[in-house]
Parts: sequence; C-alpha cells; structure tokens
Amino acid sequence: MQRSLNLVHTANSDQDFANADRATLLAKLDAVLPEGAWLHVKEDLLPYECDGLSAYRRVPLAVALPENEAQVVAVMRACYEAGVPVVARGAGTGLSGGAMPHEHGVVLSLAKLKRILRVDRNARTAVVQPGVRNLAISEAVTQYGLYYAPDPSSQIACSIGGNVAENSGGVHCLKYGLTLHNVLRVRVVLANSEIVEFGSDALDTAGLDLLALFIGSEGMLGVATEITVKLTPKPQAAQCILASFDDVRRAGDAVAAVIAAGIIPAGLEMMDQPAVRAVEPFVKAGYDINAAAILLCESDGTKEEVADEIARMKAVLEGNGATELRVSQSEAERMLFWAGRKAAFPAAGRVSPDYYCMDGTIPKRRLADMLIAITGMEKKYGLRCMNVFHAGDGNLHPLILYDANVPGELARTEAFGADILKLSVDFGGTITGEHGVGFEKIDAMCGQFVSDELTMFHGVKAAFDPRGLLNPGKAVPSLHRCAEFGRMHVHGGQTAFPEIERL
Amino acid sequence: MSSTTIDEFRRQIMLRTPLRIRGGGSKDFYGGAPGGRLESNLLDTRAHSGIVSYDPSELVVTVKAGTTLQELELVLAARRQFLPFEPPRFGDDLADATIGGAVAAGLSGPRRASAGALRDFVLGLRMMDGAGRELKFGGEVMKNVAGYDVSRLMAGSMGCLGVILDVSLKVLPVPMHEATIRLEVDQQRALEMLNRWGGEPLPISASCWVDGVMSIRLSGAEPAVRAAKLSLGGSPVDETDAQLFWTSLRDGKHTFFCANTAGATLWRLSTPSVTPPVISTDRTLVEWGGAQRWFHSDAEFDEVHALAKSISATATAFRTTAGRENVFAPLAPGVLKLHQALKHVFDPHGIFGHGRLNPEL
Repeated sequence: MQRSLNLVHTANSDQDFANADRATLLAKLDAVLPEGAWLHVKEDLLPYECDGLSAYRRVPLAVALPENEAQVVAVMRACYEAGVPVVARGAGTGLSGGAMPHEHGVVLSLAKLKRILRVDRNARTAVVQPGVRNLAISEAVTQYGLYYAPDPSSQIACSIGGNVAENSGGVHCLKYGLTLHNVLRVRVVLANSEIVEFGSDALDTAGLDLLALFIGSEGMLGVATEITVKLTPKPQAAQCILASFDDVRRAGDAVAAVIAAGIIPAGLEMMDQPAVRAVEPFVKAGYDINAAAILLCESDGTKEEVADEIARMKAVLEGNGATELRVSQSEAERMLFWAGRKAAFPAAGRVSPDYYCMDGTIPKRRLADMLIAITGMEKKYGLRCMNVFHAGDGNLHPLILYDANVPGELARTEAFGADILKLSVDFGGTITGEHGVGFEKIDAMCGQFVSDELTMFHGVKAAFDPRGLLNPGKAVPSLHRCAEFGRMHVHGGQTAFPEIERL
Repeated sequence: MSSTTIDEFRRQIMLRTPLRIRGGGSKDFYGGAPGGRLESNLLDTRAHSGIVSYDPSELVVTVKAGTTLQELELVLAARRQFLPFEPPRFGDDLADATIGGAVAAGLSGPRRASAGALRDFVLGLRMMDGAGRELKFGGEVMKNVAGYDVSRLMAGSMGCLGVILDVSLKVLPVPMHEATIRLEVDQQRALEMLNRWGGEPLPISASCWVDGVMSIRLSGAEPAVRAAKLSLGGSPVDETDAQLFWTSLRDGKHTFFCANTAGATLWRLSTPSVTPPVISTDRTLVEWGGAQRWFHSDAEFDEVHALAKSISATATAFRTTAGRENVFAPLAPGVLKLHQALKHVFDPHGIFGHGRLNPEL
C-alpha cells in the first residue's frame, strides 16, 4: 500500500506524521545505536514527555541517546529515511515546551554528548559538545581566570546545546551579550544527516551569517554536535547596590536614568513587592518588604572601574528617589543580594501550588506601565502575579500564581499570560526575550508577525529542512493555525489572516 | 515622502530585472563584481533617509537605510552615544557611506574585537524581499527570540537577499575616557602580548601593530584607563593624533592601505588571534587583538584562500585591481546549498546583487 507521507514543509498547514514508517524506524535505531542508547517502552519514555514547561506533555515514539556525532548522524538518517520527526533535547530545562516530544517522533537527547573537547587558554575559546552544562564550561576554565559569560538562571543544569537553540541570556547579558555574542562556531547535523559548519575559530567567515540564523532557531534547522564558545576574563571585582523605591514608576524611571547616565551595569534587576515578599522570608536577603519595588544594580570590572561606577550609580539612584540604598560590602553580601533574586522562581513555587513564568520584552520606558497593567490583570483574572524583571534590557518574567487542581485556573492563567504578551507587542516589544516560542507561544506569534513574515520564516525552515522533520509544530505557527487562532480572537470586527482559506 | 520611495523600490523590484542595491556607493570596490549575467540597474536607497526613532535611555536607534553614517553618528554623539562597532566609511567623500550600506556589507572597525561586530548590534529591521513584500523582523528591544534571526542574516548579505528599509541598532554610551599608548615590539611578541592581555580584565578597546609599533587604545572609567596605562607601559599618544590614527585605520586611510605595490591585492585575513605571523609578505598590519591581519599580495586568489583555510582562517581580497570573481573564500558545498536555498526564498526571481556575495548567488 502506498503510504501518504506529507513530506514537504510549507507555510500553510501543519504536517501530519501519523503514517510515518514506525517499524522501519525502530529497526534502524536498533541497528545504529548500542543497547540502552534508545528507548521505546512506555515507562522509559515518560521522563521525556515534557521539558521545563510541564503543562504540556506528549509521549514520543522513541528516545534516542547517541553517544557521539556518528550516532547522531545515524539517527538523523534513519528518521529522514522513515519520514519521522526529530525533536532535539538538551537538559530539558527549557521553559517554552521547545523540547516537548512529537507523538509520532523521536526525541534526540544530546545528554550523553557532554565532553569538553578542547580549551585554548591563549585564544580564550573552548570547543564543547552540546550536552555540556553551561556552568561546567566556566568551572573548567576558572583556573585560567576565564568564564563563559551567558548565565541563564538554569545554568547549573541547562546545556550549551539548548542555550544555542534558544539564544539564552541571563542576568548579565546587557553588558556581556547573549549566546549569540559568545559563540564562534557550531557544527551541525542537518535533517538529511549532512554535516555543515557555521562560523569558525576566527571572528568572521565568508558568506551569509548562518551562525546568527542558527542560534535561537529552536531545533528547527539542525542539531548542533559541537560548539566553539568564547571565554571572557573574569572581572577583578564586582559590587552590587540594593535600592528600594516606594513607587514602581519611580523605580522604572531610575532604570532609565542609570542607562541615560552612560552606565551599562553588569546586571540591573527589578522585583516588585509580591516577589520581594515571597523570597525574603526564606532567603533573608535583607530586601525591604515595604518597598513597592527594589532594584539590584551591579558593577563589575577592575577595582578602579567598580569604585567609580558604583559611586555614579548610587548618585543616579539617590537622585531618582530611592528610599533606601545599600552597597554590598563583601562578596558574601553581594551573593546574598543575588540569592533573593535567584530564589524568585522557587519562592513562587513555595507560595503557590503552581506558577507560570512569562517572558516578554518591552522598551524600558514602559516597565512601570506594564507593572500597573499587570496589577489590573490580576483583578480581571482573579489570580496573583509576582514580577521579576531583567530591567536593564526590558525583559519581563511575570510569575502568574495558580493552582492546576482548581478547575479553570490553568485556562485563566493562560489567558492572563496571553494578555501580557499582547501588551508586550503593543508596547513595541516582543513575546519572548529569552525562553523561546517553542510550543507555548506559538499562537502569540500570530499577533507579532503578519502572514508574509511567517511565510518567510517557513521558507527559511524549508531551506534547511525541506521535509519539515525537525521539531514540527514549534516556533513558527502555520498560516492555518493563525487563521484558526484569529477566528477565536477577532478584534474590532477585523479578522486576522483574511487571506487564508478557512477549512 | 518615504512611502512613495518605498513604492518606487517595489516598482523597480516588480520589473524583475537585475538590481544592484546601493546607498552612497562608498563600498562599490568591495565584494564580488556587480552585474554578472546582466547589467544591473541601480536601486538607490538614499532618498529613504532619516532617523525613525531614538530614545537614548533605551540604547536603541531606528534609522532609514539611506541615512548617512555621518548624520546618524552626529545624532548619537549629541547624546554622548555611538555605534560601538565603528563602521568604516570608505570613499573619497567620507559623507557618502549610508547605514544601509554598512549593514549590508557587515564590516566593523577597530573596536570589533572588544565591543562586537556590526551584526551583534542589529536588533531588527524592515526589508523588502524579491517579491516586493515589506517584512519586519526582530524589533527594538535587546532581547528578542521570536522567529528566526533574519535581521542578523541580512547583516553582511551584500544586497543579495533584499532591500534593507529601516534598521534598529543597539547603541552604547561613549566611553567616559580613552587613551592610546604605543610600544615598540616585533610582530611575534606583539601577538603574544595581545593574546595574553586578551585573557585579562583590561579595558583594551582596539589594537594595531604595524612596522614594529603596537598601538593600544584603552576605554572606560578614568581610573581604570589610568591603571591599565601604568600596567601596560609604553608611551602615551597625543589625543588628537590618536583619534586620527584610529579613524584612518577604520576607514582604510592609513598609509599602510594606500601604499599599494602596483597591482597587488589588499587582503584581509580573519584568523584565530593566536595564529603566529604566517604570511610571508613584506608588511602586515595586525588588528583586533591578532584576529585580523592585512597584507598585500599578488598571489593567485585560490592560493591565498587555500593558505588561509590551512590555518583555520578566512581571507578576503579586500581591494583589488584583478578580476573580482572569488574575492570571498569559497563556501563548503553543504553551506553553499543552504545559501542557494535561502537566496531562492528571499529573492525567488534572482534579481538582487548577483555575484556580490558569491558567484553562485
């Protein structure tokens, strides 16, 4: 019987892989992977049914755990020949469901590719496999006075391969950049199992900047098997200011004032009162629980630089109405200031059975407007929200608190989140600053991009993966999906995506 | 005004005849020879000019492609901000270069090794593709991972994918203080020093070695610059002289670039910073902490590309009087296939910038 495989990636509709050749695939995986390096029994598959966004789960057909690049190639070839989707997975810490399995697909776990292949102290680079943990890179080079700068909050666990897929940031990226700015080269296995390299050990290469295109592509264009990262000299000194404000608008204005004063802080974080009150009881960071918002403002560099910058930051914050201001007097105190911020997510989990972390970015001048709008939404949806912001670059992480066991709360939470994302776009921002679109924000993409732009994204995807086998249904919505979504959300009588034929 | 300009761009595109997208033309010398199969018509972006929005406390400026670098940099300077990648301005009239051309060429100046490349500062852009569609990618915020990073793909694409209409760039405050020092040292030693210093938390913002003299620019807080000056040694350079020196280096006006031995090609080598002095040539100019080397050579292009490849470097025939067929290093077959597929997606009728980035595109 002729199988009807829909093996062409187009912008219009999602592909259906229900008829993929499962038996052939399993036989091939068995042939190319050693025993124990692939899983297909249901209870073995369950640990892989979701990533860090546990609200969305699917059980895959199989999980492949290759141990080297040759095995990655073999798995990719087997899936390509069988027309089976591949969902690459690093440490599974992603927060947008980017590594959520496909029910007719294989999860390609890169967890066993965790070797640091080379460190060149003199050139300040390291060549690592994708499964290496973010923090493990810094640990391996600390003896040389170097570190890997991007520090997503999950850095203890998250893998560099996942960081590349998501273009991960962290609290220091205003000064030190995102993954994009700290990766020199990737070696990639394409959907058809061909190996290509983007970037190089030098700063520039010939041709289009496929390295930039690949970073943050959410496992849609290829699978990285080797990554060259840039290492940064560790700053000699760092100091942090903890500032309280009795009004969120003054806190937001102070953020803008620091930047306007010509200062690029190493970190500039904001927490609102609910966030402060959630973390302070168990971290005891010394946060002012009566403040409407607090700012953490960090300087790093040489001792001279830090002393100079801290003095200037202090003057700006005082001039902008800080009600209380403390400068860390020791490394222990600086770490304590940060401990509160870093405990925000666990604290949310402590004060509420469930929480949903959002990730919009907005222009900094709208920070206070957003906080005030969120307060309104709390009333509208009958849910609480605590806010931690990477204020220096306008990246928001509102944590909506809910209880999944209360009927209707998850749906209200999702609607709350969608409202925040919509407002982020309306404010001139974006629906995701660093967590990625994944599965979670796929519908929100319909609000940020018009169909011509989405069509271009699908074109880019098809250039790399014409059969649409890599992470299908993620990152970029089909036009049909947006048409369906638009039908549910008609604004002012305007149908979104009117040019798409409705089925 | 601008919407008619954009309509005019679209009208030209819809004719489906080959187009060469051009701003001030200051980089006509750079890249593959324009034209190729057919004589290309010019699509002149200069009428599409002006600052769209600029809020210094956001560290973002959005500017129309035809705006000159000079105009943009003046606007930023008035608020003590600047383009940290220091885009070069070539040509006889330094006022010619446009921001659209700078983004399309993707070239960065002396600060590149410490501050980052042009592409690192591209946050978003609006473009017109080969089907005449107006498209917006990225945005005006620092962190944005919605959709593929098409805006950064456009950086350095040499006008072969589409017309850049507006671009949003991250800008930074002008450093509080700058100072330049000079040391007399041979190339080998200079490279060792640059790589060692690169691993230390020093405020080095540019470096250049040529003819036995290494120049180092320090940028940052005054006490940090002062402390670094003390620890690096060398002799201080007068502020005005230093300014002229780094600008001449940025714009290819330094005597090294001009002193061309008749017929020889000026090569730019992007190399790992630790590569020892490899090029057997009379003179080399080293920049970017060792990661960029310039030299003149009359060797065959293929020969230079092969040599570069053998040391994990990439060579570009930057200025040449020879034919401009293979000025850029050849692409690996798999990478070339991706280029062709992407080219087809952005420019389905093959009208933009034929041959400028690659003979096959």
